[in-house]
Amino acid sequence: MTTLERSASEPIAVPALPIAKKFRFPTNALLPVIGPIAFIGVWYAICAAHVVRPVLLPTPFVTLAFLVDSLIHGTMMQDVLATLTRTLEAFAIGAVVGVPLGVALGANLRLYRSVEFLVDFFRSMPASALIPLFILFFGIADVNKVAIAGFSVFLIVVFNSAYGVMNARKSRVLAAKVMGASSFQIFRDVLLFESLPQTFIGLRNGISTALVIVVVAEMFIGSEHGLGHRIIEGEQVLHVADMYASIIVAGIIGYLLNVIFMLLDSRLIHWNGK
Amino acid sequence: MMTAPVPPAVDEPFVTVRGLDKAFGGQPVYQNFNLDLPRGKMTTVFGPNGCGKSTLINMMAGLIPFDAGRVEIGGKDFRAARIGYVFQNYRDSLFPWMRALENIEYPLSVRGVPRAQQRERVDKLLAAFEIKLDLKRHTYELSGGQQQLVAILRALVAEPEVLFLDEPFSALDYEMTLYIRDKLQTVFLETGLTTVVVSHDLEEAVYLADRVLLLSKRPTRVVEMIHYDTPRPRTTEIMSDPEFVRTKAHALQLFRAEMAR
Repeated sequence: MTTLERSASEPIAVPALPIAKKFRFPTNALLPVIGPIAFIGVWYAICAAHVVRPVLLPTPFVTLAFLVDSLIHGTMMQDVLATLTRTLEAFAIGAVVGVPLGVALGANLRLYRSVEFLVDFFRSMPASALIPLFILFFGIADVNKVAIAGFSVFLIVVFNSAYGVMNARKSRVLAAKVMGASSFQIFRDVLLFESLPQTFIGLRNGISTALVIVVVAEMFIGSEHGLGHRIIEGEQVLHVADMYASIIVAGIIGYLLNVIFMLLDSRLIHWNGK
Repeated sequence: MMTAPVPPAVDEPFVTVRGLDKAFGGQPVYQNFNLDLPRGKMTTVFGPNGCGKSTLINMMAGLIPFDAGRVEIGGKDFRAARIGYVFQNYRDSLFPWMRALENIEYPLSVRGVPRAQQRERVDKLLAAFEIKLDLKRHTYELSGGQQQLVAILRALVAEPEVLFLDEPFSALDYEMTLYIRDKLQTVFLETGLTTVVVSHDLEEAVYLADRVLLLSKRPTRVVEMIHYDTPRPRTTEIMSDPEFVRTKAHALQLFRAEMAR
């Protein structure tokens, strides 16, 4: 308010602007790296100040060096591939079953209402609570980890796809109807596309969840490979550099999966938000 | 198209509504409502807020159900008629996942018209109305006026028997409103299509109309079917023409009397 009044009464004060410009941060492109650098700095400072014993927290440089070494010379890549494969398998199963079923449910409101509570209930339940149950049915083989993660993906995807169809803009459905489109044509040409933005949100959440559940499952359901297994083993034999490196790799995988989905989203659903 | 001015009694009804009932939440909007809309004329629908102008054309177009009564278009049940409909909000009625061309072709594609013929038909429309549009673009890349043009072309492409437009200018700026109004007149002159336009602007309603359908407050009835037979093409200059001014004043007086009731 005061700046407004001042600029109205003193229009000559405008040349002050270029001076203010001098204090602006030089390049906005550098902004995103400030956070990570600060993070590594704090981490290093904690190590250097001996706040935490080195056996519990190696320096970031030791950790990163180990990470690179284990990727190139060690078995890290094997574990990455194991986790990634399980995640993608779980995602594929959940998506292939979930999207069509969700779309069908969304198109049939009475059907959806009758299973809404079930979907909401299982969606709200922590999937990890079901791990013992899945062990009972699937044993501790690889299929177990994929099954439970796939189930979680399925729940998220079903809900989002159904929601997308149900919230399709009525006006577009009416437009298709008045142009003489049949129910099937309306479904194929309008409802399906209307549901895509929400379906994609489901898929993106789904792949993140798949990674979470796979890593947890690898920790607690006997396995020989995978990042979850590697992390818990690093902790138990106190090979902490390995543990931290594996945690970082798991984070990188999650981040990259997210980025890929965001790129796909803006490519495939080009009309979203326009 | 008819050339000689036709006396009111000879208007040939094309859209007929008989004994129409419609209630919203127990509140009657239409009760035993009867209406005849003339063939080959442009009728504008005007009336107080909430009298159900849009509801009326939506029922005639089969977009919303009614409780009782009969709607016939060209002597047959409205469900059997080919209807062109332009929505108030082009943004929510066009399909943004399709290009402009695919949007316009859609009514032909659902009827199974071969692709080559679809394109031919669109090109014919564009030429007839002197419309230049980049049809390769997605609809959200076009301006509001261009999008509404796409919506109008989409409504026309399957050669409808009647064209309904629900406040087609209300989402456009003034410049675009003038332009699209002009195009709508061109379309009407070229095709002689029975056209029904809902309007919330009395001046616009008279300017566009052969007949202004003036509706009452709820429960809605026809106050008067006002005739305005000034020949087309009309330009904005006719708005100062005595006949225009007289017709508008007459409509306004009826509207005021209706509001005071």
